[in-house]
Amino acid sequence: MGKPIDKKTGKKIVVETRDLTKRYDHTTVVDHLNLQITENEVFGLLGPNGAGKTTTMLMLIGLTEPTEGTARVFGFDSTREPLKVKRITGYLPEKVGFYDNLTARENLKFIAQLNSISDDKSKPLIEEVLETVGLADKADQAVGKFSRGMKQRLGIADVLVKKPRLAFLDEPTAGLDPDGITQIIDLIGRLPQSETTVVFSSHRLYEVQRVCQSIGIMSKGKMVIQGSLDELSRKALTEGRYRIEAETTELNPQLIEVIRKIRGVRKVEAQGNLLQISADADLRAEISKAIVQNNIPLIQMKIRDFSVDDIYMKYFHEG
Amino acid sequence: MITILRKELVDYFTSIRCLILFSLAFLISAMALHAAYLGIRGQEETQFVFLSLFTTPEEALPTLLNLPTIMALFFMPFIGIALGFDAINSERANGTLSRLLSQPVFRDNVINAKFLSSMFILSLTATTSLLLIGGIGLRLIGVPPSSEEFIRLFIYLVSIIIYGAFWVGLAILFSVLFRWIGTSLLASLALWLFFGLFYIFMVAPTIAGLIAPGADQTTEAAVRYYQVQNMLLRFSPNYLFLESSAVLLFPLTRTLAVLTTAEASYMMPNPLSLGQSLLLVWPHLTILISLTAVCFAVSYVVFMRQEIRT
Repeated sequence: MGKPIDKKTGKKIVVETRDLTKRYDHTTVVDHLNLQITENEVFGLLGPNGAGKTTTMLMLIGLTEPTEGTARVFGFDSTREPLKVKRITGYLPEKVGFYDNLTARENLKFIAQLNSISDDKSKPLIEEVLETVGLADKADQAVGKFSRGMKQRLGIADVLVKKPRLAFLDEPTAGLDPDGITQIIDLIGRLPQSETTVVFSSHRLYEVQRVCQSIGIMSKGKMVIQGSLDELSRKALTEGRYRIEAETTELNPQLIEVIRKIRGVRKVEAQGNLLQISADADLRAEISKAIVQNNIPLIQMKIRDFSVDDIYMKYFHEG
Repeated sequence: MITILRKELVDYFTSIRCLILFSLAFLISAMALHAAYLGIRGQEETQFVFLSLFTTPEEALPTLLNLPTIMALFFMPFIGIALGFDAINSERANGTLSRLLSQPVFRDNVINAKFLSSMFILSLTATTSLLLIGGIGLRLIGVPPSSEEFIRLFIYLVSIIIYGAFWVGLAILFSVLFRWIGTSLLASLALWLFFGLFYIFMVAPTIAGLIAPGADQTTEAAVRYYQVQNMLLRFSPNYLFLESSAVLLFPLTRTLAVLTTAEASYMMPNPLSLGQSLLLVWPHLTILISLTAVCFAVSYVVFMRQEIRT
C-alpha cells in the first residue's frame, strides 16, 4: 500500500486516521478523529487533560484497539499489523518506567535486543543516545536511583535507540527542570533532520510553538483545529496578530477613544493604568504619539507577537 | 521471547526472592532428613527403604509435617505464588509494561516468558530439595535406590512440577486480573488457604456430613460418607496432589477407594507394581495438568485483550 501524499505541500503523509473512535463503557474518549501528519515534521498535540491525546497515541501505536475507525502509520494498519508499526515507531509513555535493578545501559540494551539489534551494533548506538540526552556519565548507575527528570531523559534515549521513523512522545517534558526542558525541546526539534517524524503532546504551549511545524488541538476527543502553525495563527487571530501593552500614569476615556481611531487598531482594553491594544501592525509609534499628545506620561510599552497561547485559548474556549 | 526469558531469569537469579526460596528448599530437605534419621530405624522391614526417606513421619514429627504433606499443602503453593503473583502487574505498576509492549514483540511472548522463567526456578527448587534428601539420605542409610524407587521418585518430581505449575498459573492469572500487586498476592494466598486448609479440614467433611448423614450409625452409611467426602476432597488441588503422591511414594497404597476394615483385611499387603500405581494417579495428574492449562489459558486471553495504560 503506497503512502498518500498531502496535496497542498507534496509531502508524504505518515499518520492518518479515519473516524478513529474509542469508547469506554459509555464515555467517548476519542470521537471520530481525522488526523493527518506529514513526514519529517514535529507535530504538537495540544489539549486539556482528558482530551484524548494519550488514547489517540495508544491507538496509533497499536496498544489499544479502537472501537471504530482506522489508524494507519506508514501505510500499516495499527490494529491489524501492530508489530510492523512497532518496528518503526518509538513510544514514550507519560509515566515512563524502567527496570530499577538494571543500569541505564542495560535497560537500553534490553530494548535494543527486543528490536533484534545485535549487541555489536547496539553498543555504539547506546553510547550515542546516552550522550545525546546527557546521561553518558550515569550510564552504569542502577535506574532505581534516577530522579524523575533523569528517567524522562532515559525514556527519550530509549525511544531513539531503535532509530524510529516516527516517535510518539507523551508529555516528554513533564517533570523536567527548565534547563532540561530546553535541552529536550531542542533535541526534539533536531529529530526531523535524522528522518524521524515526531508527534508529541504537551500542556506547555510555548514548547510547542518553538519546535512544531504543525499542531492539532484536541478537546473532548475531537480535533478542534489542525494545521501548520502559520496557517492557524493567521486564521485564529483575525482581530490582529500584534498585542501592544502600554503603561501610563493615568488614563482617560478620551485617550482610549483616540487610540481606537488609529488605523489598524482592532481592540483597546484598559485595566487600571494598563492599555491592551490588538493591532494588525506594529503601531507603537502612533500609539505613543497619541498618548503624549494627550499630555499623559508614558511609562513603558511592550509588543507581543501572536502565540500558540492565543490560538489555543481561542479554539479551546470555542471547543 | 528468548530475550525476555533471559532477562527474567537473570532477574530471578540476582533477586532476594530466589535466595529465600532456595533457603526454604534447604530447610524442607533438612526437616525431611531429620524425620527420616529419627524414624527410619524403628520401621518394620520394607522393600522400599530409600522411598521411606521421603515419607517417614513416624512419631518423630506430627503427621502433618511429613514431606509429601508439606509439599502438597505448603511448599509448592508457596513457591508457585511467590514466583507468579506479580508477574504482569509489577510491570504495569513500574510503567515498564507499555514500554515493553510498544516494542515489536507479541504479547503472548511476554506472558510465555514469565511463565517459563517461573517454571524454571520452580523446577530447580523442587529438584534441588529432592536431590538433597536423596543424596544426604543415601549417605545416611547406605541403601541405594532400586530402579523402581528411582522411577517412582522421578515421576513424583514431575508431578510436583506439574502441581507447582498450577499455582504459578493461578498466581499469574491473578497478576493479570488485578492491577494492584497486593490484591493479587492476597487473592492467591486466600485461595491457597481455602483449598489447603479450610476446604480439606472443614468444608468438605461438613458438606459430606450433610449429603450422607448417619455415618456413626451403620457401616453402609459410614462408607457412603467417606465416599462422598473423598469425592469432595478431590476438588481441592492440594488434596488431589497429596493423594497422588501417596500412591507414588507408598507403593503399599493399593486403592484410593473407601474400604471397610473387613474388606481391607482381605487384601494382600503387597506393594502395587509401578504400572498399576501410575494407573491410579493418572486421572489426578491429568486434572492437575488441565487446571494449569485453564489458568494459563484464561490469563492468556485476558492479557491479550487487556488495555495497556499505565
